[in-house]
Amino acid sequence: MSTTTSSARNGKGNTVNSASGASKALSEMTPQELRKLSKRGQGGFNKRTFGSWAWLIIILVAAIAWISPLYLAFVNSVKSTTEYDTTGPLSLPTYIDFNNIIHFWNKANFTEKLWNSFQISFFVAILGVLISFLTAYAIGIGKIRGRFWILALFMVAFTIPGEALMYPLLRMMKMIGLYDNIYSLVIIFSVLLSAFGTYLLSSVLSDFPTELLEAAKIDGAGSFRLLRSVVFPLTRPTLLVLMVFFFIWTWNEFLLPLVMLPSNSSQTVSLSMGLASGQYTSEPTQQAAAALVGILPTLLFFLIFQRTLLKGVTMGSVK
Amino acid sequence: MTSVAPRVRKAEKAPKSPMQDTYWPWIVPGILLFVFIVVVPFFWNIYLSFTKWNGLGSPKWIGANNYVKLMGDDVFWQSFLHSIVFIISMAIIPTVLGLLISSALFDYLSPRFGNRVSTVMRAGFFLPQIIPIAIAGLLWSWMLSSQYGIINVTLVQWGIVPSTDEAPNWLGNASLAMLSVNVVLIWIQLGYTIVVFMSGLARGDQSIHEAAAIDGATWFQRFRMITINQLRPEIAVVLLTTTVAALKVFAPIYVMTQGGPGSATNVPAYFSYFNFIQTSNVGYGAAISTVLAIILIVLAIFLLRMQTRQQGNN
Repeated sequence: MSTTTSSARNGKGNTVNSASGASKALSEMTPQELRKLSKRGQGGFNKRTFGSWAWLIIILVAAIAWISPLYLAFVNSVKSTTEYDTTGPLSLPTYIDFNNIIHFWNKANFTEKLWNSFQISFFVAILGVLISFLTAYAIGIGKIRGRFWILALFMVAFTIPGEALMYPLLRMMKMIGLYDNIYSLVIIFSVLLSAFGTYLLSSVLSDFPTELLEAAKIDGAGSFRLLRSVVFPLTRPTLLVLMVFFFIWTWNEFLLPLVMLPSNSSQTVSLSMGLASGQYTSEPTQQAAAALVGILPTLLFFLIFQRTLLKGVTMGSVK
Repeated sequence: MTSVAPRVRKAEKAPKSPMQDTYWPWIVPGILLFVFIVVVPFFWNIYLSFTKWNGLGSPKWIGANNYVKLMGDDVFWQSFLHSIVFIISMAIIPTVLGLLISSALFDYLSPRFGNRVSTVMRAGFFLPQIIPIAIAGLLWSWMLSSQYGIINVTLVQWGIVPSTDEAPNWLGNASLAMLSVNVVLIWIQLGYTIVVFMSGLARGDQSIHEAAAIDGATWFQRFRMITINQLRPEIAVVLLTTTVAALKVFAPIYVMTQGGPGSATNVPAYFSYFNFIQTSNVGYGAAISTVLAIILIVLAIFLLRMQTRQQGNN
């Protein structure tokens, strides 16, 4: 039942207009044909009426309004200052002027910021997922005692605000000499995110097919071999999704970099952007360039991983 | 579930095998790191909230004085009031708008204009979600700036106000700043709810919608009677997670207003940061963050209970 429904849905709206099967007797028709007929008779579950065009336009306008700030940043970042002053922010530039972007890039030493952000996010993605996977393995596959409470603890820990950990972490990192060092953030974010990752992976791993585990055990596999040659290969896709998320979350993080990385040379993209606000207010095109340059890496990332990201948004919220 | 083959469910209890205990070493690194990075700092912070300390020398124990002071601090109460406003603009409004838009996209526009149309629009609404919040703040402070901002310059260009000096100061005026920040937060948050709700709708049984439509139910009737019911678990989870996010708001405030003008847009997270770092009132900052943490932990426990119940139902 549900399969025929979904196949009928996936067809474009105009399939309704096809008159196939209309001449057959009702009893001879397939469910699909019956469905089409009933819709046709009703005058349009799928019909494009004047009203439906109106709704399309309303929502389209809203969606355009939603992306317009990004569009404005883009348009004005490639506009020369003189042209901005004469024609204003809304008009399209008559010629593309990369000076704002180049100027901002050099002034903020953006290459350095990109490299810092990339390193932190990359190592957090690896280390955070590794910790999550090992812990989740013990919980989801090993079903160790007290697993419910460990997961509950992790889940609760994930909602603790950074402010409630930040100062002690700052002192600790100063003690071990990692203050103003990007690796302090690698450690902190790996652990904080692995609380979430463990929570998520544990529920994935607890649905792992028991037949496979039993078969491997009968073959004499210990928990290490089970992890390496059975569980890991089959969980790899999920781990990759998690890595994408850890990467982007770390990239976007603001508070802890703000506290942990005081010197300019260790700042991340997000941090330097947040601090740049207000710095170029007298040069609006510069600030547009700053915003654009900051957005581009994530936009690129979004375009590459769009499916993963959209799918992953619901990850862990409702199964 | 109308499938004919009965689904045989595995017994829920794990088989008690002698191997069970060989798994615990795998959890050791994770737990150790967790203790060092979360548990120790958390309790250390609670300890600090009972002290007076400027970060130099050693903290001085002053009992519950910080909490007593907190209860009488207008800025503290004001910041929590702002958090409640943010719950409206980050949890309630995006949930309501998200329900309407996702349902309209999925249930009304997608069958008529094809899936591509709704996928592209969904991506448009989702775009602000992927921008780092600090950069979203930068973008908006550029648009809202009183002298050179895009909005005011356009207002002048269209002749609505004579000059930018007389245009509204969106972030600098105490009564407008809160409104502006809220608009930005709605802009950021809406995409999240739309994506979650649309995936919830895709999960559901579409034949109910079609059957209702065939019976002559209008879109709004279907929305009210079917969609809302179908998305009940998503709505609950979205409301809780976005409420948590609303209480944690820090970066947009830091970037756009620094809690100001005055304390017009101050929030607990920023107020705590301000005491920790800007004025070195470590004990007081710790007390604020501890109160915030406790509220969030209570919400997390709610969320946890809800999810375990849902998993039980499945």
